[in-house]
Amino acid sequence: MAIRVEAWGDYALFTRPEMKVERVSYDVMTPSAARGLIEAVYWHPGLRWHIDRIYVLNPIRFAGIRRNEVKSVVSVSNVRTVMSGGQKPLYIDRSADIQQRAAMVLKDVRYVIEAHFTLTDRASDADSPGKFQDIVKRRLESGKCYHTPYFGCREFPASFRRFAGGEPLTAYPGETKDLGYMLYDMDYSDPENITPTFFRAQLVNGVLDLRDCEVVR
Amino acid sequence: MAKPIKNRYDFVILFDVENGNPNGDPDAGNVPRFDPETNYGIVTDVCLKRKIRDYVETVKEDAPGYRIYIKSGVPLNRSDAEAYAYLGLDSKSVKERKKDDPTLDIQVRDFMCENFYDIRTFGAVMTTFMKDSLNCGQVRGPVQLGFARSIEPIYPQEVTITRLAVTTEEDAATKNNTMGYKYIVPYALYRAEGYVSANLARKTTGFGEEDLELLWDAIVNMFENDRSAGRGKMAVRQLIIFKHASELGNAPSYKLFDTVTVTRKDPVSPLPARSYRDYDVEIDREAVPEGVEVIVRG
Repeated sequence: MAIRVEAWGDYALFTRPEMKVERVSYDVMTPSAARGLIEAVYWHPGLRWHIDRIYVLNPIRFAGIRRNEVKSVVSVSNVRTVMSGGQKPLYIDRSADIQQRAAMVLKDVRYVIEAHFTLTDRASDADSPGKFQDIVKRRLESGKCYHTPYFGCREFPASFRRFAGGEPLTAYPGETKDLGYMLYDMDYSDPENITPTFFRAQLVNGVLDLRDCEVVR
Repeated sequence: MAKPIKNRYDFVILFDVENGNPNGDPDAGNVPRFDPETNYGIVTDVCLKRKIRDYVETVKEDAPGYRIYIKSGVPLNRSDAEAYAYLGLDSKSVKERKKDDPTLDIQVRDFMCENFYDIRTFGAVMTTFMKDSLNCGQVRGPVQLGFARSIEPIYPQEVTITRLAVTTEEDAATKNNTMGYKYIVPYALYRAEGYVSANLARKTTGFGEEDLELLWDAIVNMFENDRSAGRGKMAVRQLIIFKHASELGNAPSYKLFDTVTVTRKDPVSPLPARSYRDYDVEIDREAVPEGVEVIVRG
């Protein structure tokens, strides 16, 4: 049972893992970003989303944005010291911790994501594919979501709706673009050792077909 | 911890700038940010979030529970006693818990969320210690902001200024004054859109009703305490809030945002807009779906 979600927004940033200090986006949405987007609308431990196809409806265009960013993260050890009564500075000094970083982001994106889900062993007896399917369809139609989905980073929110039907009209009919190796998803099966997986992305007629792609790590 | 909010919200902020630079672009010598393809002005999400943090810091003055994590370096070290008050712990019990409490990462997260308004609102990234299996990871806050974009293309203007005083002795010997530049936007109205997820408030950070009120206040007043030579006259003109009747929401955000239209009062005017009065802001209340309440502030 497949669903089709149309998602669009002004900007997107699907960061290439090899260029993440000064971030550069992939040309198109990664399967893991698409999964995250759908999970923002509906997810349940009893199901797992699989991305089948990503249709690229708008031409791929980039824009550069440089921002002042904080380079530090919250230090958990400092928090623990303070929690147990110690003295540690508990803030980030923005003038000392700031870095300017550029990002090459995508502009004016629109995708149709085709996905299906399978049940996991955490699905209870009361759960069924029909039930999950109905919930996700209702949410897509009424605009309900767990949190607002986004394209790669939270500052690039995504609007979404159930795709109306028919064949999505892509920006690249009759063209084949080799996008090189792209992140497929993270493999979380071993929580101690989360590993990225990759695939060779071919954009055929504006469609990224993920159903039979070879996933390498 | 206060009760988390129960409703999802979407909001539109309309703010304007007069003879100022709302957000300089470090890539372009501090020219106001704009999209070179369309000339529409841009203000980044982080710029607006900074203003919200600054407002809360000014108003709350580091009151318990309303500290700001990312601030401009005023050391503060009086957090210890408060920390206990929040958790009802003493140092011994924390140490004991550290050994065999698998929820310590959650405690660390909750501690940060309860103490820091900005973490409770926008989230934070915490370091992870794999060797301790302490994984606080990423805290996603309920409030999410996009980039603001101007209603019409902007035309940044370079203003050359002179100063009579000179900085160094050497300069004083050879010249009387120096030239400087600043960039201004003569006038522009910007629109930003944001989202508040009640789910993330309930399940992660405990962002409550009071916090939400403070957020709206902070947005409406975000430029009031942020005057500077560079920014000129900036003001939030309107904050339009869409309150959903439920936690997950009652309508798609884009449909709600589409009900707010901003147009030039005189569309055929040959002159560019120079004040807020040149614009009409309309909210098509008829088109707002059932289960969504419109609240206008500012």
